[in-house]
Amino acid sequence: MNQPIKIVTVSDDSDDFVLSDADAQAIEHEKHHYEDPRAASIEALKIVQKRHGWVPDGAIKAISDLLGIPASDVEGVATFYSQIYRQPVGKHIIRYCDSVVCHITGFEEIVTELEKQLKIKPGQTTPDGRFTLLPTCCLGNCDKGPTMMVNDDTHVRLVPSNLANILEQYQ
Amino acid sequence: MSLSINKTAESHPLTWCLREDEQPVWLDEYRRKEGYVGVEKALAMHPDEVVSLVKDAGLRGRGGAGFPTGLKWSLMPKDESMNIRYMICNADEMEPGTYKDRLLMEQMPHLLVEGMIIAAHAIKAYRGYIFLRGEYVEAAENLRKAIEEAKLAGLLGKDILGSGKDFELFVHTGAGRYICGEETALINSLEGRRANPRSKPPFPAVSGAWGKPTCVNNVESICNVPSILNRGVDWYKGLTTNGSSDCGTKLMGFSGRVNNPGLWELPMGTTAREILENYAGGMQEGLDLKTWQPGGAGTDFLLPEHLDLPMDFEHIQKAGSRLGTALAMAVDHKINMVSLVRNLEEFFARESCGWCTPCRDGLPWSVKILRAIEHGEGQPGDIETLEQLCRSLAPGHTFCAHAPGAVEPLQSAIKYFRKEFEAGISGQANNLREIRGIQPNQQ
Ligand SMILES: Cc1cc2nc3c(=O)[nH]c(=O)nc-3n(C[C@H](O)[C@H](O)[C@H](O)COP(=O)(O)O)c2cc1C
Ligand code: SF4
Ligand code: FES
Repeated sequence: MNQPIKIVTVSDDSDDFVLSDADAQAIEHEKHHYEDPRAASIEALKIVQKRHGWVPDGAIKAISDLLGIPASDVEGVATFYSQIYRQPVGKHIIRYCDSVVCHITGFEEIVTELEKQLKIKPGQTTPDGRFTLLPTCCLGNCDKGPTMMVNDDTHVRLVPSNLANILEQYQ
Repeated sequence: MSLSINKTAESHPLTWCLREDEQPVWLDEYRRKEGYVGVEKALAMHPDEVVSLVKDAGLRGRGGAGFPTGLKWSLMPKDESMNIRYMICNADEMEPGTYKDRLLMEQMPHLLVEGMIIAAHAIKAYRGYIFLRGEYVEAAENLRKAIEEAKLAGLLGKDILGSGKDFELFVHTGAGRYICGEETALINSLEGRRANPRSKPPFPAVSGAWGKPTCVNNVESICNVPSILNRGVDWYKGLTTNGSSDCGTKLMGFSGRVNNPGLWELPMGTTAREILENYAGGMQEGLDLKTWQPGGAGTDFLLPEHLDLPMDFEHIQKAGSRLGTALAMAVDHKINMVSLVRNLEEFFARESCGWCTPCRDGLPWSVKILRAIEHGEGQPGDIETLEQLCRSLAPGHTFCAHAPGAVEPLQSAIKYFRKEFEAGISGQANNLREIRGIQPNQQ
């Protein structure tokens, strides 16, 4: 049950991937917080993803070299965690809560409206690469639901009629 | 948080410092409000004395299982040569219906840092990690800033406040997956591995992170510790109400279609009715309470007649459920139980780590059946199959408590609302014949 949602591939530039010096330094720095460099692998994937949007094959190799662990281990980690994207995603990632309290407060209506506005289904990216729509489990805002995150921003007490305004903020 | 309640350090140890503007309480203000007094007191004591104090105070884990915190600390090895030890804070808060640790970390980051320093002293840890779910970006930022402030003030790092004690604290953020909250899966994740739980024994106290003695505690558990040091055991025990056998206060809440969903610090033993009616403002206009979960997605449903129970570990358990996180969820009469449970089981199925077969295959199967019943396409025998699944996912059949947690809402929904399940069974059974030795569903 790793990742039920398949992200639609937009393009693949994995062969050209070069780890930037700044990222390599950030990963080096992380290594020293732990007894074993392997522990920095998840953070390393997140560092790459922050700059690149997703994690191409080349980055798996680069991280494995930097941390001195097999590439298959880095890949194993990358595919396990739901917030690591191994395929291209949109510029902005919408993660809406589909858990139980938001079921009661009506996330289904919100998703229907998002699907209508973006003309995509959950798990897909808009053709212009602007948005990817993903379900996620409880965001810890159950008293203010329905709720979603767009990138790192949290939006609460969603109603279908204010979604267009929110999306407008993410060009 | 409702601010009309008069909060004092004596009555609301976790939340009395919260600011009206909901901004974080930084170091200067925290110290003006008794902050880090607990650390000073702890460092003047022998670690074993701190452990005894927390044991005597009767603090039970706030992460869901209610394991006594002092007892957990006392299980760390006595062997002084095992001197590399870790103190880990479980800040993975991801169980649907839970929103308590977030408030503490966003607005009271120093309370958690202070609790971590005291805990580390007690269990003799030289390093600690706050394992924080990736989505809590504001909590990460505030905790990191609090750690920097504490370092500059000599409260973290080498020779804390001249005591000769060292402690280094890091924030480690996750990358999704609910199972990371299970403490041994958390340790695997911290080490940079896939978050599959580990078999126990050995328990983390003996062999945890990198094989070293490790203690894992929930955010709220750790946040209870500073005031226990500061005000003592008798005060802490006296905080409860309604003759509760538990101690201290607890963050409790009600969510769902109530008038004022939220979170409040209340004495252990406060009744669910008081929380629902006095704090959460009762059900919204036109809605009646049908059922409720006392403490998160993985707790058994209870009925309105259970509302007068004191919210504490003992009473909720006696009623057939668990206190869990003590953040209750109200289900109103317009919600269909089959759809609700289908949503819950979809969560548990999606978040299964896939390690053991009953959980990996059983949960998606339950979802399939529930979807069919939801659409009125259930077949005779489906409810019995769900009940059978509940039995095969019960405690003891799987590697960790994820599957047993998934069973709790399902079994109790069938117990109390069987009619709603039966209403979805319409079709003639088409699987009544034995096929190559495979028996059909029992009617
Ligand atoms: C699937 C699963 C998820 C869990 N998630 C959390 C969590 O997010 N936060 C937490 O504190 N405990 C969680 N727990 C409980 C932990 O395993 C552990 O009991 C707890 O962190 C111990 O802390 P405490 O003794 O202070 O309560 C989870 C358990 C399971 C089985
Ligand atoms: S019970 Fe489920 S989540 Fe727990 S180890 Fe087994 S498969 Fe993983
Ligand atoms: S259930 Fe949606 S935020 Fe918790």
